[in-house]
Amino acid sequence: MEFDNSQLMTMLPEIVMLTGALLVLLVDLMVRDSDRMWPYALTLGTLLAAFAAAVSVGGGSSEIILGGNYVRDAMGDSLKGALLLIAIPLFIYAREGLRKMDEWRTEYLTLGLFSILGMMIMISANGFIALYLGLELLTLSLYALVAYCRDSSKGAEAAMKYFVLGALASGLLLYGISMIYGATGKIDFPGIMQQIAADNTGDNTIFVFGMVFVVIGIAFKFGAVPFHMWMPDVYQGSSTPVTLLIGSLPKIAAVAIALRVLAGAMESLHQDWYMMLVILAILSMALGNIVAIAQQNIKRMLAYSTISHVGFIFLGILSGTDEGYRAAMFYAVVYALMAVGAFGILIALDRKGVVVDQLHQLKGLNDRHPWLALTMLLIMFSMAGVPPTVGFWAKLFVLEAVVSIDMWWLAVIAVFFSIIGAFYYIRVVKFMYFDKPIDDEPVVVGGAAQTMLAVNGLAVLLFGLFPVLVFGLMKL
Amino acid sequence: MSADLPILSIVVWLPIIGGLLVLGSGDKAPNVSRWLALFVAVATFLLSIPLWTGFDSSTAAMQFVEKAAWIPAYHINYHLGIDGISMPLILLTTFVTILVVIAGWEVIQYKPASYMASFLIMEGVMVGVFAALDSMLFYVFWEAMLLPMFLIIGVWGGPNRVYATIKFFLYTFFGSVFMLVALIYLYFKSGSMGILDYHTLKLGITEQILIFAAFFVAFAVKVPMFPVHTWLPDAHVEAPTGGSVILAAIMLKIGGYGFLRFSMPITPDASHQLDLFVITLSLIAVVYIGYVALVQSDMKKLIAYSSISHMGFVTLGFFIVFMIASNENAETGAILGMEGGMVQMISHGFISAAMFLCVGVLYDRMHSREISDYGGVVNVMPWFAAFMVFFAMSNAGLPGTSGFVGEFMVILASFRANFWFAFLAAITLVIGAAYTLWMVKRVVFGDVTKESVAGLTDINAREALVLGSLAIMVLLLGLWPAPLIEVMDASIKNLVEHLAVTKL
Repeated sequence: MEFDNSQLMTMLPEIVMLTGALLVLLVDLMVRDSDRMWPYALTLGTLLAAFAAAVSVGGGSSEIILGGNYVRDAMGDSLKGALLLIAIPLFIYAREGLRKMDEWRTEYLTLGLFSILGMMIMISANGFIALYLGLELLTLSLYALVAYCRDSSKGAEAAMKYFVLGALASGLLLYGISMIYGATGKIDFPGIMQQIAADNTGDNTIFVFGMVFVVIGIAFKFGAVPFHMWMPDVYQGSSTPVTLLIGSLPKIAAVAIALRVLAGAMESLHQDWYMMLVILAILSMALGNIVAIAQQNIKRMLAYSTISHVGFIFLGILSGTDEGYRAAMFYAVVYALMAVGAFGILIALDRKGVVVDQLHQLKGLNDRHPWLALTMLLIMFSMAGVPPTVGFWAKLFVLEAVVSIDMWWLAVIAVFFSIIGAFYYIRVVKFMYFDKPIDDEPVVVGGAAQTMLAVNGLAVLLFGLFPVLVFGLMKL
Repeated sequence: MSADLPILSIVVWLPIIGGLLVLGSGDKAPNVSRWLALFVAVATFLLSIPLWTGFDSSTAAMQFVEKAAWIPAYHINYHLGIDGISMPLILLTTFVTILVVIAGWEVIQYKPASYMASFLIMEGVMVGVFAALDSMLFYVFWEAMLLPMFLIIGVWGGPNRVYATIKFFLYTFFGSVFMLVALIYLYFKSGSMGILDYHTLKLGITEQILIFAAFFVAFAVKVPMFPVHTWLPDAHVEAPTGGSVILAAIMLKIGGYGFLRFSMPITPDASHQLDLFVITLSLIAVVYIGYVALVQSDMKKLIAYSSISHMGFVTLGFFIVFMIASNENAETGAILGMEGGMVQMISHGFISAAMFLCVGVLYDRMHSREISDYGGVVNVMPWFAAFMVFFAMSNAGLPGTSGFVGEFMVILASFRANFWFAFLAAITLVIGAAYTLWMVKRVVFGDVTKESVAGLTDINAREALVLGSLAIMVLLLGLWPAPLIEVMDASIKNLVEHLAVTKL
């Protein structure tokens, strides 16, 4: 296994990211300013630089480096690009929220950057080792972030729950990986693929068990039913800026690892794994959409809504076609864009000492701040999958994927649950538009966050009118 | 003919962009937004007139076609075009929108800019529904209709508006998502998203029945047909006057249009097999809902039920063609039924709009829709009473008004299918006269017994303009329906011939 320095250029985005994260730590030590403008500017700069790096090294045929552990290919390029771009509004909203809570510290920036680095490694993983390392970097940062507000007992509780269940999931994943390694003798995805093709998987039972455990591990990270228990509590217990991070970007990375493992290494075993995903998808769409109706807490409601979206993402993956994989990637990116916007609006509504996380706190938003209300309206309709918003195309493409493999009954089930789902999304609109405000305090939003939210809402509409702008970039 | 100017696109997008401008003009200068909205609505109507004058009624082919790739990966195109079926409906849309804008002029004081903007956006989207020839483009427009209407009812509606608008949204959303699955299925069958490609696609009978069922749920909810009609009375009662007008005059027609554009040509054999089912539901709507209308004490509810009953004629006229096909002179009879249904759609567009506007005029003054709160209106509002009686007569199908033409054609066609269908359909002329005229009697005639009625003022020039122009249209269509029938003739003939050929 030789090591060639020139290969390092291929992973320039990750290098930029790591350097940036460390620099943010250092700058915070050197520069003492209460507003933390420097670390913040450096964070945004790092994201932009990493995006530029990803664009500059991207394109062309795929390259595998670092002894077969790291791959740069079209799928990785598109997902990383989306990840880094959506991270920019995320940090802008987070700053807004943390300042209102008097919790504006550099730890959020560092941990946030590290978690994004973890996601990038997951996206580019070409073997189980890199995948696992990226996943752990992501989840460890997130555990710490959930407990970010030291004085919040809810946050600490959520962090404990998240940590225990997350560790369990990592254990299951690792257990499955070890079985697959045992059965095939390979740890990198192309190697495993070759062994499967050569029918050289040793004891088949062990391999299949390994596969089941890996699927369970992925389902845990996605939050698919019945491995979803952590999500509502973690979403609700974390402060909104942290939920903003947990609830949006990691789904992009989760799609990446699902595609790398299932569509990459185990593509020829499609017949064996797709039924598991069918069950997970149906359960997720059913439970997510039905239970969300009963929620009064918006963050909890959005957690259940995420669960149902995960069901839809699985529809794309389980189809086993390239269109389906692209549809799943598109769905995850669109979902991240919508989720960032939705949590961003909750942050915008926060005030000093008042946390907005109850549905009734949205009452009469249209009278208090029409632009925010319109943005939220677009995002809610997008999540419900109503054209002309981008959420419709996300749903359409995954539905097309399942119909293309003659599983139209699954598409019927999916649309049935999306009708149920529509109810709680439009209920949010009802609170904002049809009810009178219960408090007349003016909404105070920072200029950057307000502009970004407007852009975010318009993006949901613009990409709904021209979905090719995003879908065209989703390449395999 | 201006073939190079994309008139259809302009008629679709001008009101949408104009609506966004009106929305942006804000509520601080309501008069600016009102005049801007009126300007956009009138300009759109004027621009849609070339669609009529430049229309070649000798061919059933699509005209004013525009096509551009939209999402190439899924063969989705931005594909617009009109034929004799969709063109009159587009003109109806652009015409009625002007009236809605004028009717809401002084009445809407809460966020007038948003109100006007919603209706303009609605207009563009509805024209898009009628003009779309790509199934996904159609679906996008179809669903996009829900958003403005959801807000119109929910923000400017009556006391129970939230219940009504959520019910409206969920019913129509429920209907349309199954259509989406059917459209995706057709895409994989044909490799194209073009609606016209679906028309020629061969399909097995089981497939056809399933696709028909999916379409039927979507369109039946929209029309609405018995038994999925229950959202309509609620939505109508709670909606502001303008919302009721658009709902009754145009949105219901989109369901009927869907049958002609999708259900029947794509799944002719399934339509044939299930025609008795649809005819039965139509007759139930015509007769039973007519009786339901008779007992209503709320004027808007009464008109809403009368709308359902009249739309029953439309679906009856469409699906009767399969029954006629087995008799002699099949083709002329079938064409008669379908054209009757189409004329009924256009005529009902005018009459229901007028009826709701009449109720709106009264409601603006009295803030009550209860029939029992009125009585003797003719004594204080003679001009208004003249209009209301006229529209009520046309709603009851008086010869000489447009309401008569469509119903008469459908009943004539029904005779060729089955005497009892015609008999049942004709009964409703009596019931229709009963509920409308009885309402008019209680509201308009008699002595003034209530003090509140005694203080009413007659309609002003703005209201007279709105009601007057509708009255002209109703009379014109009633006395001289030939031009309307002529433009749709080629397309309907083509459709009937298409239906006679099995796809199996």
